[in-house]
Amino acid sequence: MTGEPLLVGDDLHRSFGPTPALAGASISVRAGEVVAVMGPSGSGKSTLLHCLAGIVRPDRGSVRYRGTELATLSDAGRSALRRREFGFVFQFGQLVPELTCLENVALPLRLERVPRREAERRAGEWLARLEVADVAGKRPGEVSGGQGQRVAVARALVTGPRVVFADEPTGALDSLNGERVMRLLAGAARETGAAVLLVTHEPRVAAYSDREVVVRDGRARSLEQVA
Amino acid sequence: MTGADPRRRGGRLRAGWGDLVMGAGMAVTGGRSGWTRTVLTALGVGIGVAMLLLAAAVPGAIDARAARGAARSDQGLPGPELSAAANTLLVAQVDTVFRNRPVRGRILHPEGPDAPLPPGLTAFPRDGEVVVSPALRELLGSPDGALLAPRLGGARVAGTIGPEGLAGPHELTFYLGRDNLTADHAMRLDHFGGGGPADEFGPVLWLLVVVVVVVLLLPIVVFLGAAVRFGGEQRDRRLAALRLLGADAGMVRRIAAAEAGTAALVGLAVGTGFFLAGRQLAPLVSLYDISVFPADLRPVPWLVAVVALAVPLLAAGMALLALRRVVVTPLGVSRQATPARRRLWWRLLLPLAGLALLQPLTDVRAGRTAATDGQVAAGAVLLLVGTVTLLPWLVDLLVRPLRGGPPPWQLAIRRLQLDSSASARLVSGVAVAVAGTIGLQMLVAGVQDEFRRPSGQDPARAQAVVSLYGPPESRRVLARIAAVPGVTRSLGTVSFVAFPASVGAADPDASPVEVRIGDCTALAEYADLGGCADGDVFLAWRDRPVPGLGPGTRIGFGGGAPAWRVPADARTVPVRDDPVGGRGDGLLVTPGALAYRPPDEALATALVGLDPTDSDAVERLRSEVAAVDLTASVLTLDATRESRQFTNVRRGLLIGAVVTLLLIGMSMLVGVLEQLRERRRLLATLVAVGTPRSALGWSVLGQTGVPVLAGLVLAAAIGLAMGAALLRMVGAPVLVSWPVVGLGVGLGAAVVLLVTGASLPVLWRLTRPDGLRAE
Amino acid sequence: MSIGHTFLGLLESSPRHGYDLKRAYDERFGHTRPLHFGQVYSTLSRLLRNGLVAVDSVEPGEGPERKRYAITEAGVTDVQRWLSQPEKPEPYLQSVLYTKVVLALLTDRPAADLLDTQRAEHLRLMRELTRRKTHGDLAEQLICDHALFHLEADLRWLELTAARLDELAKEVRA
Repeated sequence: MTGEPLLVGDDLHRSFGPTPALAGASISVRAGEVVAVMGPSGSGKSTLLHCLAGIVRPDRGSVRYRGTELATLSDAGRSALRRREFGFVFQFGQLVPELTCLENVALPLRLERVPRREAERRAGEWLARLEVADVAGKRPGEVSGGQGQRVAVARALVTGPRVVFADEPTGALDSLNGERVMRLLAGAARETGAAVLLVTHEPRVAAYSDREVVVRDGRARSLEQVA
Repeated sequence: MTGADPRRRGGRLRAGWGDLVMGAGMAVTGGRSGWTRTVLTALGVGIGVAMLLLAAAVPGAIDARAARGAARSDQGLPGPELSAAANTLLVAQVDTVFRNRPVRGRILHPEGPDAPLPPGLTAFPRDGEVVVSPALRELLGSPDGALLAPRLGGARVAGTIGPEGLAGPHELTFYLGRDNLTADHAMRLDHFGGGGPADEFGPVLWLLVVVVVVVLLLPIVVFLGAAVRFGGEQRDRRLAALRLLGADAGMVRRIAAAEAGTAALVGLAVGTGFFLAGRQLAPLVSLYDISVFPADLRPVPWLVAVVALAVPLLAAGMALLALRRVVVTPLGVSRQATPARRRLWWRLLLPLAGLALLQPLTDVRAGRTAATDGQVAAGAVLLLVGTVTLLPWLVDLLVRPLRGGPPPWQLAIRRLQLDSSASARLVSGVAVAVAGTIGLQMLVAGVQDEFRRPSGQDPARAQAVVSLYGPPESRRVLARIAAVPGVTRSLGTVSFVAFPASVGAADPDASPVEVRIGDCTALAEYADLGGCADGDVFLAWRDRPVPGLGPGTRIGFGGGAPAWRVPADARTVPVRDDPVGGRGDGLLVTPGALAYRPPDEALATALVGLDPTDSDAVERLRSEVAAVDLTASVLTLDATRESRQFTNVRRGLLIGAVVTLLLIGMSMLVGVLEQLRERRRLLATLVAVGTPRSALGWSVLGQTGVPVLAGLVLAAAIGLAMGAALLRMVGAPVLVSWPVVGLGVGLGAAVVLLVTGASLPVLWRLTRPDGLRAE
Repeated sequence: MSIGHTFLGLLESSPRHGYDLKRAYDERFGHTRPLHFGQVYSTLSRLLRNGLVAVDSVEPGEGPERKRYAITEAGVTDVQRWLSQPEKPEPYLQSVLYTKVVLALLTDRPAADLLDTQRAEHLRLMRELTRRKTHGDLAEQLICDHALFHLEADLRWLELTAARLDELAKEVRA
């Protein structure tokens, strides 16, 4: 665990209306590590993830990715960053219902102007790696929840991101499917060297991480000193 | 005889009623999303209903205008000449035009205490006073007022005409009091109103009117059909939840129908509100010199009843129709997984039936009956409905073979492949409107020659003609006209009628001769003079010499003036069309050849050239002339002349087409927003994972663009078919007018671009990554 | 866990030497705590005494490892009875953790830190088990899952207690 952290959030504040979601949260993520963000509902876990991913702009504080302050990037710049450097897995509703699973996985590559044939070839490899090669031609509405989530993981990883943000990726799954998704996500991330920021409220899912950060009342606490 | 089952006891009817009540309740409750859906539907339906009510109010508005017009008419029925009495009134018409707006003007002179008062007036204006309409009063008070004031004889404004004396709130009209008005220049009346019936529309015009109504109202109905489907997907999900609670398929259908019907009822109320509110705004609007009072917009009661009944029923029917295509099971809604390949035959049936109805009507001129009207209307409706039925099929056909392409395109195509009907539904209103517009415009273009003929006027030679009857000093008056700023040229002549002395004035064959006095340049406008110098006299012959007129003929000017002899060297010259299109034979005399003053009854005419860059030149000319004589006429020259009824119908069509397209555009916008709203979460997620918003914008454009393309192609085809059928019907040659097609298609495309543009800000807002939080 | 019953169960399929028994036991059930030989032979002599096993054969040579044990009829009945009897669910009413929290509150020590420390320790173990699970076979996975679910339950309790700590403090000090 040497070297400059990959992603650093420092003293992040963010309110929605009068309710503060983040009140001075700090966190850093090193390359290749899996960090679980835990905490009670409404503690600001998701907001922290959104801030770190440049989806939500913090009211105060800074987010630096590989030394670049996200606030200095334009909206398009942050979009491009999310497209190229980050991958996302959400709880549900992230696959485009009209596209086939293969096309869904190929979409981030195609947005990066990768030719269709090549994009779909790579997408197919990822589907196989996540053990869902058989659903390639189906639409998301036609596959099971666990399969859909694995397709989503494939889509998050297909561009070779440095950071994968996973917000309750197993929230809608039973424990068997949930663990399967986590095993594949953590395994694939470790193989490719991607860091994973994993928001979850399930301890067994958090157990796939290397360390844990607890968010309480809008502040993040790292509990790694014990480990 | 057990009677134990309460359900059975109440009977199916009561159970069904319960479902309906429940559905109605769902329309107005059901949380925020339920509300949003109801509001959207109500808004959409409301807009449509307001339009239908407006259409239903048009006959009333026309009647009200016509009734007021008839009540103030001073063109009394031809009857016995009246002589001055206590109950008579002298009226002179002094209409003018100000900046292309017609101004109705009357000079009044009551001849006794019981003289009839025109509607809208409380008292006669006294000598030198004028009573004006509110719009005219406002105009006079504006900076332009000074230019207009001379046409009112410089009179003091003494009052305002009440609404009952006006055709519409924006009408410019005045009544001027003048004691010196004489019967020579005026008409004597003992009552207002009772003019002849309004000009009848000919059969071709009626055909136009019938088709216009169809073309304008049908898109509104199509739109209503789309509006009641707003939020359909969400509704389907809720119905699935109801199935889970134990509702059977029948109950679900009843609940859905009642829910849609209730939303439509709310829409009906909203539409009535829109209409009532919009009616109050009516006086703010003045289109093509036509303005209406709010009170004029009274929908015909039975049409209102039809709208009130048809809209909720249509909504319920559409809801049931939509349910036919989905299977609502307790575990969710499945659209028939791979949508059945759309069949063509029944979709083609409607337009073909429409053509079949229109085809046999080869000559509407022969006789118009209610039956032919009905046949035309039904045929046009069926043909246009064909646009709606064929569109999804055509979109399918276009989209099915498509694959890939750049991501935005792929997103759009895939969505269309999965469900083309939602997008097609949005566009069908535009397509119907465009098809109707093309068909109608073709008819209009085909028959306009019939209603528009050359006036014979030549605006290249003169832009206005001033005619003054018996001006006291005609030469000075003509000089005044020439001096008006903006007048580039003024050719004045004075003409009067004289009699060759060789024929007795009482002779039945007596052929009076028109004598026109003017300088060489002026006279050259009336005949090809060849050479001309002051002192010359010309005999202008049309095709044969005027009997008894030739060099040396003695001519009596009447009024005790000594006779004048046509000089022996008077040349005979061919007559030439004057700029007004007139062609008169007679004597053309240069001033040097005639020592006498022309008689008082002479007509001074000036052919006036105007500075084309100075749009106010004609206004100054009119005012200058009015200052000389209010009753003098100033005619602006135009190469063609159009039937007024035809003009009105054409204007109505244009107004209607624009309003309809705007409405359709609004409805499309609502529909597009609704579709975006349903996909809000997905859109936010896509942006969160780094999809450029422009890609999403392009996919929205593609998603509407493809159906629009299909719709416009179809609309052009159907419009051309309809236009051809209509032209055949009036016996006009069937010519494809490409500019008309281009106009229709262009209008449709413009609406779509506008709608997509207007929906982008909402797309932007919905795709703010914060949207992810809406969980 | 009853080692005696486990031995009987293992012997039911075939007679075994003491050494074989220990190996079979360690392989399947004794992942973290392999049996001592003393434990093996004391258990076997108890079973022998109670007539649940019998010495099947003795190979020539010295020492207890030369004996082969077989299950008796009574032994089979005993295993049968053991398997068909449900285990008594543990009530978990005596919790060291709870005691620690209350004591921390009573003595004004930081109870929240105590909970966090415990939490980190639990999660550390869960991580380790998860890692083992990822690389293990199905049996390994099930054993780890069993532990993981218990640890998760503890962890949830820690979370809940942390959330209600203020309330608890009021009650304890009242």
